Amino acid sequence: MSLSEVALQQLINGLILGSFYALIALGYSMVYGIIKLLNFAHGDIYMTGAFACLSVFGVLSVIIPGPGGIICSIIAAMIIAGILGYLAQRFAYRPLLGAPRLSLLITAIGVSLVIYNFIMVITNGKASYFESGLDNSAGVHIGDIKITYIQIVLIAVSALLMIGLTLFIGQTMTGKAMRAIALDQDTCRLMGINVNKIIGITFIIGSALAAIAGGLACVYYGNVQYSMGYTMGIKAFTSAVIGGIGSIPGAMLGGLLLGLLEAVGTQFLTYLGLSGSAWKDVFAFGILILILILKPNGLLGKSEIERM
Amino acid sequence: MKFIDWAYNMMDNKKYKYSVFAVIFVIMAVIPLFSDNYILSVLWSALFYMLLALGLNIIVGYCGMCDLGYAAKFALGAYTTGVLIKSFGWNFWLTLPVSVIVSVIAAIIIGAPTLKLRSDYLAIVTLGFAEIVRITARNLEITGSATGIVGIARPKFFGLHLTQITHWYYVFLFLVILFIFVSNRIRNSRFGRALTYIREDEDAAQAMGVNTTLYKLYAYIIGAVLGGITGSFYAVRMAAISPGSFDFTQSANIMLAVILGGMGKIPGVIAGAAFFAIFPEVFRDVPIIGDMRMLFFGLLLIIVMITRPQGLWPERRKRER
Repeated sequence: MSLSEVALQQLINGLILGSFYALIALGYSMVYGIIKLLNFAHGDIYMTGAFACLSVFGVLSVIIPGPGGIICSIIAAMIIAGILGYLAQRFAYRPLLGAPRLSLLITAIGVSLVIYNFIMVITNGKASYFESGLDNSAGVHIGDIKITYIQIVLIAVSALLMIGLTLFIGQTMTGKAMRAIALDQDTCRLMGINVNKIIGITFIIGSALAAIAGGLACVYYGNVQYSMGYTMGIKAFTSAVIGGIGSIPGAMLGGLLLGLLEAVGTQFLTYLGLSGSAWKDVFAFGILILILILKPNGLLGKSEIERM
Repeated sequence: MKFIDWAYNMMDNKKYKYSVFAVIFVIMAVIPLFSDNYILSVLWSALFYMLLALGLNIIVGYCGMCDLGYAAKFALGAYTTGVLIKSFGWNFWLTLPVSVIVSVIAAIIIGAPTLKLRSDYLAIVTLGFAEIVRITARNLEITGSATGIVGIARPKFFGLHLTQITHWYYVFLFLVILFIFVSNRIRNSRFGRALTYIREDEDAAQAMGVNTTLYKLYAYIIGAVLGGITGSFYAVRMAAISPGSFDFTQSANIMLAVILGGMGKIPGVIAGAAFFAIFPEVFRDVPIIGDMRMLFFGLLLIIVMITRPQGLWPERRKRER
């Protein structure tokens, strides 16, 4: 393959990776935008979504094999993750909404520990494999570049979800309420908005999006493990910060950008003679620190003063 | 809760305070005469966690900053000492100042740009930095890749070769007393009061003329230095270090010890650290609880945050005169 083709192939890989980051980053950004909570457990909800998809498909594939079963499993995973996200919000975060933000963050770490260790215990810490029965390598060739059908579906699904979410936030009453709560909770209460309900919905949507990412990760990578949420969580958060946390288009842009940077960066490191895969996380976290130093409000974020 | 309050009053009463501490440390000092190596090594790990928790307490407890990568600070100290001894043949005691300098530099690199941002950005940057440190240590040859550094020479102390667990027990006991002393001095200083002020209300502190960014940076540097020193001693005590010892679980454990014990309260932090070191040992052979202890800790963390947000044994500052 020529250099430009390698670059193009990496571009596609980056786009895929970026779609995952973007889907998870959306949940971070929505929650952060609305209650200023860094939902540390979000990566674990993504992981739970993947496991839910895997287990449901394990049962369901007997009745509905193939793509139909996978879609049903992902929907089931969305429901499960949505319930989990709602429960976390209801019992761990809501009592602390008025408390200092450090307490809220620590509670989120607690929720993360609970989910992470619960899944670790019930899976015995072993990785599971997702047998989708699909041909992962089937696809179209353009010159030497190959795009598999799964990759096409993945990018299309993410794009549709992002458009749908933008419409939802921008056009519906619930979306309007979310934006209002992000501005001023107390005034929203005075205006008759059920703040707790809207926050609950935000968590459910964010968790469901993470579950879709988890289900797609099942199909695409085939490998599901309890530790998959941790790195993914930090990187999705990085994406949210790059785009400007609290901003929905920012989360999408940040996710895609981080995915592309990581894919290109890995290739670049390989050219330098380093092991690209071993250093790629260092690269991603380095970008996070650089962004925070150079442009702390992100690419699309508004500047704001904390808690005044 | 009643016992905690009672213990709290004992500790806080000027008349008893020092005698209670003295009794505890005399007991700690004579324990090696009666116990076997297993108990000593468990107690040693309790002392070790106390050091880490006391260091993190400056950052989290005094100043209210959220540092999720404290393992990186002690990894930096451990690796500095390990590499200097193993690859360059340095004397251990000479590596200590180097590890302090490395900690200060790392703290400035991470702290200076992020401390003036939103408070939770620090949490994620420290987390990212901890991953960078761990992955770098795993990938570099000089740090021994995934296996880490083995066979770090034990140091001599005035001719005494520190090889026995008893020796290390006393070394770490001494360090704990030293760290408590340092923490106490900081707490009761103008600087310490400024930190508490920042923790309670950053805006008000700023309005009163406290340079919050600078003070937070100082607190962060002090915490990092204490972690670095602990790491250096850890490296020579264990004689072997590997990247696996510095993962997020380690950072989370230290954080939990500080928060559950009581943010800012030294006896609380010490009790928390002791609990976190001894609890897994006690329940190690109980199959289900042994595996699920982090799950319980997570639940405990949520419950404590909701019902007693200041920690089980919070700091109750007396009115300053």
